[in-house]
Amino acid sequence: MAVVAFTINGRPAKVEVAPDTPLLWIVREHLKLSGTKYGCGTGLCGSCTVHVDGRAVRSCQVVASQLGGKQVTTIEGLAADANHPLQRAWIAEQVPQCGYCQSGQIMQAAELLATNKKPSREQIVAHMDGNLCRCGTYPRIVRAIERAAREA
Amino acid sequence: MNRRHSKAKLSRREMLAGSAGLSFAFAVGAPSLFGESDAFAQSGGRLNAYVTIAKDGTITIASPALEMGQGVNTALPLIIAEELDADWSKVRVQQAPVAAVFNHPILQQQMVVGSLTVRGYWIPCRTAAAQARRVLLNAVAERWKVPVTELTTEPSTVVHAASKRRIGYGEVAAFAQVPEKLPEVKPEELKPASQFRLIGKDVPRPDVVDKSSGKPLYAMDVQVPGMVYATLARAPVRGSGPISFNRDELKALPNILDAVALDNGVGIIGNTVEAVFAARGKLKAEWRDAPGSKVDSAANLHEYLAHVRDPARKGVVGRTTGDAIAAIAGAAKVHASEFTCDYVYHAQIEPHVCVAWVKPDGVEVWTGTQWQTRAVAEAAKAAGVGVEKVTLHQMQMGGSFGRNIFVEYVIDAVNLSKAAGKPVKMIQSRGDDVVHGRFRPMYAQRIEVGLDASDKIVGWRHRIAADTVVPYLYGQARMDAQKGVDHIVFAGADVPHYDVPTHIADHIYEERGVRTAPWRGIGAGATNFAVEVVIDELAQLAGQNPLAYRLALLKDPRARRVVEAAAKMADWSRKRDGTALGISFGKLGLPPIGFSLVGTVAEVSVDRSTGRIRCHNLWCAADVGLPVQPGNIVAQLESSLIFALGSALKERITIQDGVVQQSNFHDYEILRLSEIPPIAVEVIRSGDIPLPVGELGIPGVVPAVSNAVFALTGRRLRNAPFTPNRVKAALA
Repeated sequence: MAVVAFTINGRPAKVEVAPDTPLLWIVREHLKLSGTKYGCGTGLCGSCTVHVDGRAVRSCQVVASQLGGKQVTTIEGLAADANHPLQRAWIAEQVPQCGYCQSGQIMQAAELLATNKKPSREQIVAHMDGNLCRCGTYPRIVRAIERAAREA
Repeated sequence: MNRRHSKAKLSRREMLAGSAGLSFAFAVGAPSLFGESDAFAQSGGRLNAYVTIAKDGTITIASPALEMGQGVNTALPLIIAEELDADWSKVRVQQAPVAAVFNHPILQQQMVVGSLTVRGYWIPCRTAAAQARRVLLNAVAERWKVPVTELTTEPSTVVHAASKRRIGYGEVAAFAQVPEKLPEVKPEELKPASQFRLIGKDVPRPDVVDKSSGKPLYAMDVQVPGMVYATLARAPVRGSGPISFNRDELKALPNILDAVALDNGVGIIGNTVEAVFAARGKLKAEWRDAPGSKVDSAANLHEYLAHVRDPARKGVVGRTTGDAIAAIAGAAKVHASEFTCDYVYHAQIEPHVCVAWVKPDGVEVWTGTQWQTRAVAEAAKAAGVGVEKVTLHQMQMGGSFGRNIFVEYVIDAVNLSKAAGKPVKMIQSRGDDVVHGRFRPMYAQRIEVGLDASDKIVGWRHRIAADTVVPYLYGQARMDAQKGVDHIVFAGADVPHYDVPTHIADHIYEERGVRTAPWRGIGAGATNFAVEVVIDELAQLAGQNPLAYRLALLKDPRARRVVEAAAKMADWSRKRDGTALGISFGKLGLPPIGFSLVGTVAEVSVDRSTGRIRCHNLWCAADVGLPVQPGNIVAQLESSLIFALGSALKERITIQDGVVQQSNFHDYEILRLSEIPPIAVEVIRSGDIPLPVGELGIPGVVPAVSNAVFALTGRRLRNAPFTPNRVKAALA
């Protein structure tokens, strides 16, 4: 067991876990921020996407020993009052169906818009291609990202 | 004073109490949706719905169905609000408890299957809401001393036009009394469709806001004080369980509390989820033999095919029209064609999760399920208590598509809580979810069509060899009551919309010990593939365009309309460069319920060197009767079209030595964004009754893709999915 100190959604956090504990479980089950979802555990589906130092990562593939001093942002900390342009666009385009993968989709999309204010459709597809959605909300995800880019 | 009239004891009355206002509980004799002969209607439909109006005007509507993405928690409350004439902005949706009064009127259970939720609750929900409105009107009439016939309603307001008086529903709720016997409302007294102001217009889904901000909604998100974690390594084949396993080694691992043998697997219990998942990777178990221990799906598929070819092998016959066998025997010529479909997996992104807490005085369960009544019953059985001792906290599902009709994860979690003596959060790993999944049956199909000298169809015989589903889902008694007809396997294996004078379909059971389940679209995803490719082949034999041939053969004007509309959307007759179009007709439903209909066109190209098919466009015209939420219907069609396209191109489960060969999304690939074609959907209204929607995109895609590949290459794809190797073989 080891104590790991890092920043979560702008606040300091300290957890005592095994060094190989995935960030996913630290966020969800230790810190009770359950918006980040478990889907595959192997970095294949994107449902657990969070930001570490501003980069979108699969939290199931980042372990505690890599976390010291890092800035972690989850869906709960993306924007005050869940008012990120992407979240507004997600609602306007009525994207979610079951909703389970959508935190990861939004966090992945947020990384894109943070670095590319006006992404082309091709850039959106390339950036979002690793995030699976079994409900097939893909057409709406693209529309929502385009809307967020337009309205941000 | 408020009174409740409930025939069934509500397990969670407290959630319904406490609002100072008016509560209605309805025991409504729902008009039978079907004739007396229908198996579903044996005991007569009945629904109770719960409407509570608070003094501040807030209207709480209990939704008896569970949300898994399909939008029922918008559609059902909206239907009630329409008839109640409620101001939608004042409506709050609450999950109804599990109680017989909330049973689906067709299914006689609280369950969400067959895209039947809106269709099933349609009349009973409206009747209940109309009664609530009538109670409000009667109360105002009495207070104002005016004839009730002079009163009308506007959203959440009772109006007396003659005296220009108006009163809000909340104010009425402060003095109104619910009578012992609710006013009778006949179906013909319900609001006519021409006066709908909510139904048919899109309202935002209330769950979308929470789902865009990561709110806890799912079993995966549940936290119970003092809970521990568990995972279950289920036996690799149905009916198997552990003979022995390395319990001491597992128990010695950090943060592991126990490892227990259950009848169907090994449960690992620990203080953290990471500890139980790590221990899961170190499990070494010896499993006892079961009927499925030797399953080899590739070898079995050859046997299934041999069975459909063997005239001596008798199957169970489903619906028939006339004497197709005799008609084919006497036909001038017979066209025969064969098809196969591999097992497919649900791949819902939330694996099975259930939190269970067995206490001395009962059991609490937190989970999502498509069959709430069953979940409660199984939890009670596993805990050894009566159903009244079970509280099911109904969580939304992170997808399901048929998977969560089976509730073994509830049983497992209850057993693990018993073993732990604590609340347990049981999370199934993705690997276990795949390997221990339940799959749509594997199908071999053979269709024989008898034609007369002028190429007119005289008889149609559809033979299916496939695993069964009904005995495992509903039990052998139900299978026997249905005279052995597995309607989940059979679905779609009939052609009532075509001008086919005689028809027979039979199902040869393939009992191989493989775990099966309904999968989105149930049988139609497989059977309509065969039907609609054969229609294309008949067009080819007749030397006709597949569109013209279908339009001539479809005797149902609604069916012609969806096919025509899809063709028009696709600009069918325009020649493409390097791509080609394929078309299909499809249906969803059962004759007594009514069919929703779908016309689908796919545009594809094929890379001959790699064997990869690319779908460039999907067009879909859907006749859904009355569209309740048109925007969500488009979303559901996009969803089910994409789902089906995955099963056309990629998705397959294979089994060797009894063990599923796939284990995660790298080897069970579902479609990703870059593979999604532009999709155009046209929703067609054809009546005043909502018809099944949630699975409607499934039946048409696989045949449309196959037919498009034929149009492009002259080769038929008959084995789904159309993997690169199969495509290359077909083109060779």
